[in-house]
Amino acid sequence: MTGQFTQDAPETECLLDSMRQDVIGKPLVRIDALAKATGTATYAAEYPVKDCLEGVLVTAPFARGRITGIDIDTCLACDGVVAVIDNEKLIARCAQGTAGEAPVQEVRKVAYWGQPFALVVAETFEQARDASKHLKITIQDDDLSDIPCDPQAVEPENQQYSSQGDLPHAMTEAPHSVDAKFTTAGHASAAMEPHAAIAQWDGQTLTVHASLQMLNYNISELADAVGLEENQVRIVSRFVGGGFGSKLGISAETVAASLAAMQLKRPVRVAMSRQQVFQCVMRRSETSQRMRLAAGKDGTLQGFGHEALVSNLPDEQFAEPVLQSSEFLYAGDNRLLTLDLARVHRMTAGSVRAPGEAVGMPTLEVAMDMLAEACSIDPVELRLKNIPDRHPMKGTPFSSHKLAECLQQGAEAFGWDSGLRKPRQRREGEWWIGTGMASAARVHNIAKAKARVTLNPDGTALVESDMTDLGTGTYTILGQIAGEMLGLDPSNVLVDLGDTRLPRGPGSGGSWGAASIASAVYVACKAIREKLTKYANVTEGELNLKDGGVEGGASFAQLLGDKELREEGHYEPGDIEDDYVAAGFGAYFAEVRVNAFTGETRVNRMTGAFGFGRVLNERTARSQCQGGMVWSIGAALTEALHFDPRDGHLVNCDLAEYHVPVNRDVPELEVIMVEERDPAASPIQAKGIGELGMCGGAAAIANAIYNACGARVRDFPITPDRVVACMPD
Amino acid sequence: MRPFHYTRPESLNHASQLTASSNAVPLAGGTNLVDLMKLQVEVPRKLVDLNRIGMETIAEAPDGGLTIGALASNTATAVHARVRSDYPLLSRAILSGATQQLRNKATTGGNLCQRTRCSYFTNIDQPCNKRQPGSGCGALGGVARLHAILGTSAQCIATYPGDMAVALAALDARVEITGHGSHRSVPVRAFHLLPGDRPERDNVLEAGEIITAVTLPPPVKGRQIYRKVRERSSYAFALVSVAAIVAMDSGRIARADLAFGGLAHKPWHDPRLADLLIGEQPSAALFDKAACLLLENARSHGENEFKIPLTRRTLAAVLAEATEIDL
Repeated sequence: MTGQFTQDAPETECLLDSMRQDVIGKPLVRIDALAKATGTATYAAEYPVKDCLEGVLVTAPFARGRITGIDIDTCLACDGVVAVIDNEKLIARCAQGTAGEAPVQEVRKVAYWGQPFALVVAETFEQARDASKHLKITIQDDDLSDIPCDPQAVEPENQQYSSQGDLPHAMTEAPHSVDAKFTTAGHASAAMEPHAAIAQWDGQTLTVHASLQMLNYNISELADAVGLEENQVRIVSRFVGGGFGSKLGISAETVAASLAAMQLKRPVRVAMSRQQVFQCVMRRSETSQRMRLAAGKDGTLQGFGHEALVSNLPDEQFAEPVLQSSEFLYAGDNRLLTLDLARVHRMTAGSVRAPGEAVGMPTLEVAMDMLAEACSIDPVELRLKNIPDRHPMKGTPFSSHKLAECLQQGAEAFGWDSGLRKPRQRREGEWWIGTGMASAARVHNIAKAKARVTLNPDGTALVESDMTDLGTGTYTILGQIAGEMLGLDPSNVLVDLGDTRLPRGPGSGGSWGAASIASAVYVACKAIREKLTKYANVTEGELNLKDGGVEGGASFAQLLGDKELREEGHYEPGDIEDDYVAAGFGAYFAEVRVNAFTGETRVNRMTGAFGFGRVLNERTARSQCQGGMVWSIGAALTEALHFDPRDGHLVNCDLAEYHVPVNRDVPELEVIMVEERDPAASPIQAKGIGELGMCGGAAAIANAIYNACGARVRDFPITPDRVVACMPD
Repeated sequence: MRPFHYTRPESLNHASQLTASSNAVPLAGGTNLVDLMKLQVEVPRKLVDLNRIGMETIAEAPDGGLTIGALASNTATAVHARVRSDYPLLSRAILSGATQQLRNKATTGGNLCQRTRCSYFTNIDQPCNKRQPGSGCGALGGVARLHAILGTSAQCIATYPGDMAVALAALDARVEITGHGSHRSVPVRAFHLLPGDRPERDNVLEAGEIITAVTLPPPVKGRQIYRKVRERSSYAFALVSVAAIVAMDSGRIARADLAFGGLAHKPWHDPRLADLLIGEQPSAALFDKAACLLLENARSHGENEFKIPLTRRTLAAVLAEATEIDL
């Protein structure tokens, strides 16, 4: 049996509000927390598989050209080597999120430094790794001087152009304006668990334990890459040690392990080294941006321009959607939004945590701070003044909009001083102290999802989907949804995820996971409740379930006898997506200290107030917000991919040299979750959370740096050398 | 990782004999060597594990100084009561490096011998004269943000990455070395080498020589400061670091032992700085003069140009703190 729900209109009534179990939104500890903390949660490379061979990927030490020959014999002669896999089905790039088909497979045509082209398989990992260094290739290297490694040196292709009114004219006429250029560095997802897979082939079915975010698409990608039907492929990803976009599509290790297992008829494990993870999986494009804001005397926006240049490999469709929230966040009649894409030979650019807003919002929000100063208006006030009623270009209404509440509640909690702001007002010893704020905005994404729910007469339930849990708490919230709807303590709900033998979930990506899969579980539970009304002989409105049965009445055993109730819930976003602008909003407030001598910046404290619809679990939601704020600190101060301009290789490819924030960089992070229900976002009235936490936070820090020491740095990350260069003496 | 022979001698003499042969490398904490072996930056034929020899002790020296065994862990040294009371600079320098887990494994001798973190050195598909003499220097003309500005050569612009040795250079400690049946004692300030034409050599150790200890001279009066500048507040190498022991007498500088990290192929010690500073009244102008002297021959390589003003500013901050004046 199947419950089906396609959302074509707002769902103002949600059953979750009238249930009796009272577990939804509660700060339950993740049910897998202990397993993870004690090391008993099994990640992709950790499955004990008998007779398993070990594979090591071999990558190209040049950025562009052709591999004309591979001398396999020397490598095969090494101790323990079983095979060198160099066939035409290996993939040269990782698949973009939601691709659903194999990415570029011409591994001998090299398009970036570090592109995988072969797999050395041996009895032990050490043997394979050593032998991989003996694999000699002949190459036809394209003229290195011709390699466009610098996006600025390439004639870009326009990806997006939208214009309304006359921005240049508005800029000339307006009493106040800001015209500023910015750059942001490339980012790596830097997930803790490296990409890894164990593949097994029994002659009929390919079973792969992998670390992937979206099994619903990954199964098609893998089947397509290795030339099998989907029903011959099974992917299992029970636990994923972080993805942040880097595991949306399949990568080289999964395909290489599969091809090797099929050829050698033995299980094969392939784990990327940390360096390979940096060199061959998705990067976030670096950007250069121009912001133009024109405002009236009172700060009302009259013109809004945001132009961005990003990069990607030839033939890739993805262009970092820098302007995504700029389209609707603030008012202004005269608008110009353009996005250009330069083709360069760096590894594939794709989705990395909050693609678009992660780098578009910080520049917009620094420009807003500059405008507030130009208008002599409090920066919070400036934002409040410019919240539009509808999408400024399309005219569509917002599904729900909590920016004003976030700004107000955040300011109050932080103790924001709305008086006249001037840099360099507070000094403690060597340190300038300052505060800054910024808005947050992130489009709400939602995706088609299926889940199966079984209510057992013994008062337990089973929730099943191929949905993944990247550490965010998916297992836990699904237990809460089913528990709330069916009147069960979540500890009596078994949640089984991460296996393509289960109904197709939405996958984890774009912050859509929780709202999408929880909606499918909700739909399935509604269908079960409908059946229960017949057993209990009541209407839906009278069906009060709690603690394993009808509240104050029959238990499920008494109601159902030995019969279990099983329903699949199918959720689809529907037409409503075109009728409303749905987005998460928020506000950040930061206090920083900047060393007057060295330009080092440390964040003293940070407050984030966010509105993202219904909170499903207060603890995991808070953790997501905090995680986003940590990413904000990294984007503001430390994270940058460095490429050698001569040969295009990535220079900093480990966690010692690619600087994600460490504990000591992260102060107490205060999170305020603004009460909201978004009836157009999903039937459970929830929106995405994870990425919202880093959509503008870097600007709060940048603005605080300016307020502290007077250095208006327009290049992210704001490293000490950049602060020193901009600091007035 | 290439296959290698592994031996664990029980005596220093035996260890010395074993490391005298070509391509035999001593192993202490392994926090650097093992990583480099995985990348095949280091491909020793023979690994000589020193951990059974017993050189972990930290003991009082007869002259009132302190002898730190070559195998004392960085953590043990940093928390040692006498280090904390008499050589706080050393404790702070150690604690500003790496992470707690790495410091628990890393040793005094190993830390002195750690190799550069230049990314062209650690990437075997890039040229590097230090890793493969004659192959060229990838960092010259490449991404050289963290590279040296003092004492570089056309062959190499790598930096020595450690913190502990910078403090030891300021403290004028000595490296005790045994090998080939004899013992020698080398000042830390002379232990590391500039790259010159032989950047593959990091220090003065010859094959068969093993560091047995580091000796600290008797404590001296003065303020001890270790200042490490970096974008991330932990687990990052210094953009620039300054180790300082500064004493004042009647408003004038009486001692100024300074050493610098992140600037060169070795902990940088310039004896002219003490000559310039001693006997003078502290002032912004004096500090600037010191910086000018220090950076007289500084040469940047593209992106690391910021190190010149940053060193100037950091030195001023350290000297101001040490002499208790406001700038």
